[in-house]
Amino acid sequence: MIAQQLLAAGGEVGTGEEITFWILGPVALGGAIGMVLARNAIHSALFLVLTMFSLGVFYVLQGGPFIGMVQIIVYTGAIMILFLFVLMLVGRDSSDSVVETLRGQRVAATILGIGFAALVAAAIVRGVGKAESIGLDEANAGGNVPAIATKLFSDYVFAFEVTSALLITAAVGAMVLAHVERPGGARRTQRELSKARFRDGGYPAPKPGPGVFARHDSVATPALLPDGRPAEASISPIVGTDAERSGR
Amino acid sequence: MNNEPLWLIIAKVLGVFVFLVVMTLVTIVLERKVVGRMQHRPGPNRVGPLGSLQSLADGLKLAFKEDIMPKMADKAVYFIAPVIACIPAFMAFAVIPLGPEVSIFGHRTALQLTDFSVSVLYVLACSSLGVYGIVLAGWASGSTYPLLGALRSAAQMISYEISMGLSIVAVFLSAGSLSTSDIVDAQKQWWFVVTLAPSFVIYAISAVGETNRAPFDLPEAESELVGGFHTEYSSLKFALFFLAEYINMVTVSALCTTLFLGGWRAPFGIGTLWPGANEGWIPVLWFTIKVFACLFVFIWLRGTLPRLRYDQFMQFGWKVLVPASLAWIVVLSGIRTLSAEYAMDRTRTLTIAGVVLFAVLAVLFIGAEILERRRAAAAPPESALPETHEPGGFPIPPMDLVVPPSPRLKTAVGAPDSSDRADQSDREG
Repeated sequence: MIAQQLLAAGGEVGTGEEITFWILGPVALGGAIGMVLARNAIHSALFLVLTMFSLGVFYVLQGGPFIGMVQIIVYTGAIMILFLFVLMLVGRDSSDSVVETLRGQRVAATILGIGFAALVAAAIVRGVGKAESIGLDEANAGGNVPAIATKLFSDYVFAFEVTSALLITAAVGAMVLAHVERPGGARRTQRELSKARFRDGGYPAPKPGPGVFARHDSVATPALLPDGRPAEASISPIVGTDAERSGR
Repeated sequence: MNNEPLWLIIAKVLGVFVFLVVMTLVTIVLERKVVGRMQHRPGPNRVGPLGSLQSLADGLKLAFKEDIMPKMADKAVYFIAPVIACIPAFMAFAVIPLGPEVSIFGHRTALQLTDFSVSVLYVLACSSLGVYGIVLAGWASGSTYPLLGALRSAAQMISYEISMGLSIVAVFLSAGSLSTSDIVDAQKQWWFVVTLAPSFVIYAISAVGETNRAPFDLPEAESELVGGFHTEYSSLKFALFFLAEYINMVTVSALCTTLFLGGWRAPFGIGTLWPGANEGWIPVLWFTIKVFACLFVFIWLRGTLPRLRYDQFMQFGWKVLVPASLAWIVVLSGIRTLSAEYAMDRTRTLTIAGVVLFAVLAVLFIGAEILERRRAAAAPPESALPETHEPGGFPIPPMDLVVPPSPRLKTAVGAPDSSDRADQSDREG
């Protein structure tokens, strides 16, 4: 509420807003272009993070601090991290193939893309170029967060619930699809493994090194057991015991 | 707050920066001292009075070390990762209120860099950006251990951010605001640590997970991953990671103070006995004391608990913390609705509900433990351990060993017998 008056309210553009816009506008645009042009998938994702972060700041600037913060937390914080996660597992050297499968595909795509961008830009400029934003002050009258909460949980509660149901269905679906059913007991837990190691006289501890309690510490001298007998297990089979080496 | 002069804003920015850096230096020395005490050793005691300048000396030394760029590193990302880790850590502190309104050169202003309607979300946003620093550092190093550390930390920080966010929701519900100064105001009578005890516990646990501190320091588990995400880093870049970790600790403690421990308000009812305790510059003292109390708990945990296993850690986050905080939010909302309907005393109800919830959880956990034990006892023993030490068992020394006399006393040392000599010459020959 306090800082809100600093932000764009009712349509007039403040100095601070203008400065921030002219700094972050090119950054957002550069991020978008960089995302398309970057060869490395991780760099591409990072450029996208940059753009999304700038968009979050723009939302705050436009008098929507809540949506701005949520944009940063959800998009840059959670979704892009998951993206990076996957990309990292894929490996750093995997980049797109640059071989053209259709002849002239790249030129055609460039021309069509520029044409589409021009069309959309023209439509937006004609549509909202001269529009005055009205009703922002009224919408934010009781504070930005309460206003959003009231709308979301009264007027649009059904749409909200339906969306959340959709998201949960998608999450459960993803888990069902990715889940691999293992036959029961196929994979032993750490606890079972550890029990198995101790069972039936299994040897739980590290084996005694050669020379333990013996008179010599050579790798070829076996460790002595409590009753004085040599512990053959303490000698590496490569070395062989003294007895074997001397042919006794 | 918005019509403050520029010099005041710059002064506040500088103030927050200096506060954080000084807190970092003090916290590092404090940590080494306290952990040293807990391990029966004095800790650093060479540089400065009682070793108090040790962290400063270490920081300077670190800055002058050789800066290594690994051959496999992704240069740009490797360079920028420590910066990304550090900047959000500083930024998050901007919304923490250090004190009430004070007068600085004739200007009435709150001791807080800025405050807006979603300040706490802003802190969460900063911490979610901080993850990038760690993840990118691990990936850009182009080596295995850092990558594994980075993947662990990404998973860890995202999971624990969820439980942290959920624990804070209860504070939002009770304070009716997302602004830090409003939340401090809402704790005029009762701190939220009393009325929202379960949230506090969940926040405290997830804060440790969020800052990658022991016992949840899996991303940099020395015994498994060398140094984790910063294995390849050296010099000033490493110092930045170090700085970011400690600033995150301070920020998380400051947020804990603000959300649950009454912010800058005087503790233990001092404010009722001495009205001046909550005015002017004195509250900064209370705030700092509370932050240090939180930091001490961090250090205490590190000195006490062993590191968790990774799967147990994730299981704890997703299967215990998140459901528990969801259940608590539902209970809290129910209580709030009921008390609004029937005009009950909310504080008392909440405290009782918190205690009851604790009791129920404790009974559940203990019950599960007892059931588990009973099941283990009822099940036939899979196989008893061998009673005697058979050949191949662990060797125990002969019971008739005698300590040989010291060679310095010139007394006879048991001379090796002849068979032994023969053995040796045999081998040499």
